[in-house]
Amino acid sequence: METNIFQYSFIIKGLLGAIFASITAGLAGTYVVSKRMVFLSGGITHASFGGIGIGFFIGINPVIGAAVFGILSALGVEYLSVKQKIREDSAIGILWAFGMAIGIIFIYLTPGYTPNLMSYLFGSILTVSRADIIALGIMSAILILYFGIFYRTILYISFDEVFARTYSSYVDVFKYITTSLIALTIVLNIRMAGVVLVISLLTIPPNIAMLFTRVYFKIVIWSILVGFIGTATGYVISYYAGIPVGATIIFTLVILWVIVKGVIQLIWKLTKKNTLITH
Amino acid sequence: MAYLFEMYSLSASYGTNMVLQDVNFRVNENDFIGVIGPNGGGKTTLLRVILGLVKPVSGKMVFNSDLLNGNSIGYLPQISTGDVNYPVTVTDIILSGLMIRKGFISRMSPDDKKKADKVIEELGLSGMSKSILTELSGGQMQRVFLGRAIIGDPRLLLLDEPGNFVDMTFENDFYEKLRDLNKRMAILMVSHDVGTISAHIKSFACVNRSLHYHPSHEITNEDLLAYGCPIQLVTHGDVPHTVLKYHK
Repeated sequence: METNIFQYSFIIKGLLGAIFASITAGLAGTYVVSKRMVFLSGGITHASFGGIGIGFFIGINPVIGAAVFGILSALGVEYLSVKQKIREDSAIGILWAFGMAIGIIFIYLTPGYTPNLMSYLFGSILTVSRADIIALGIMSAILILYFGIFYRTILYISFDEVFARTYSSYVDVFKYITTSLIALTIVLNIRMAGVVLVISLLTIPPNIAMLFTRVYFKIVIWSILVGFIGTATGYVISYYAGIPVGATIIFTLVILWVIVKGVIQLIWKLTKKNTLITH
Repeated sequence: MAYLFEMYSLSASYGTNMVLQDVNFRVNENDFIGVIGPNGGGKTTLLRVILGLVKPVSGKMVFNSDLLNGNSIGYLPQISTGDVNYPVTVTDIILSGLMIRKGFISRMSPDDKKKADKVIEELGLSGMSKSILTELSGGQMQRVFLGRAIIGDPRLLLLDEPGNFVDMTFENDFYEKLRDLNKRMAILMVSHDVGTISAHIKSFACVNRSLHYHPSHEITNEDLLAYGCPIQLVTHGDVPHTVLKYHK
């Protein structure tokens, strides 16, 4: 009986986790991939590990520490590259390693064993709490509202920032809000996929979507669908095979990408042959 | 003729670097002014002052509020901004020219979309409305950005080096198009391509820190010498042109 309840809540948790992860990662990922911010996002992810370490050390929820570090590092890269004239990729590289270093130092200083450490590095559905799922759910709602209401504003600023400045004085405000929301999205998804793997959760679905369409809005929809298929499948496989969920999800998504790309190329070749025949 | 805006002894600088000094300049309805001058002479800054992106350090600029306010200036920047691989369609790029009139909650009405369709038709981009930039040629891309500049029916159109990314076959079409547009709006065009613009503009302004306005479209060697504008002349086929000596 107890096993059933456990299994039931496990399934619900996994299902809700997959839905919210694919919504948040689909919306944030399309923005990140379109704007070529993948490296910045990788930097934010790893820098947030510093917050996880400090969280362990002072005994607060590590996700809160990670959120603070994530947002600060995103804004820090902007500050270092624009105000201090440090090359952006160098600034990212510095904050990336600096966050990891802080995380490692504080975890080392934390007395006793930190049992969840591996789950933060590589993700684990077992340690995902009800609060984590609720947080991801709220994040999904915020992102849907934000991108829904300000769709064109965000799209145009990210497509051509220089032109956007000719008609609006709120370009920087939107840039900072969007980047902060992406940092939060990344941090909340760390619980699912882990620091090391979360960036793929954002980047693979939009890249699969771009095999079908080049229209921003449709890329978002496809990314969410593809992300859900990958996450749910990975989740089921990891459950039955008893292997870590984060790695399984990413593995599933990459395989999905290879299959879809292969099928599309095959179809393309076949239709090309057909056109040759009909001509 | 009614004026659109007027500058009175206006100066602008980037930090300590004075880029425009003591500029007096007036643009009227239906003007077609070519802005020429050396690189770094302040041509683009002049446009940026008009757009309100650079604040003058002294002097003033007065808009004729009956005809012109921030909403009615169209702008075609030098191509360099905007990622050609960005997943945004031609229609959506052209619609972004209406953003100036919208708040940041920016829904496009069916009317707006009709306007975009009209511009697409007018600029010969039919059938490409759902394409993204990388699928277009240089000339087509330029017309998309021109579409973005004119969709709001501006009273003043600012063009920054539009010759930069035109392939030659489109260039004449493009200037013909500008001549049509000039019936509805004043045009201020920055260019180093004197040979081509002299055949299309009505007057020109030479910007090299200071601004000299020349109310005729014929640019003579003496004019250029007097204004101290080193010009590299680029010119070609069919368009009537004058070849000027390299000077300075």
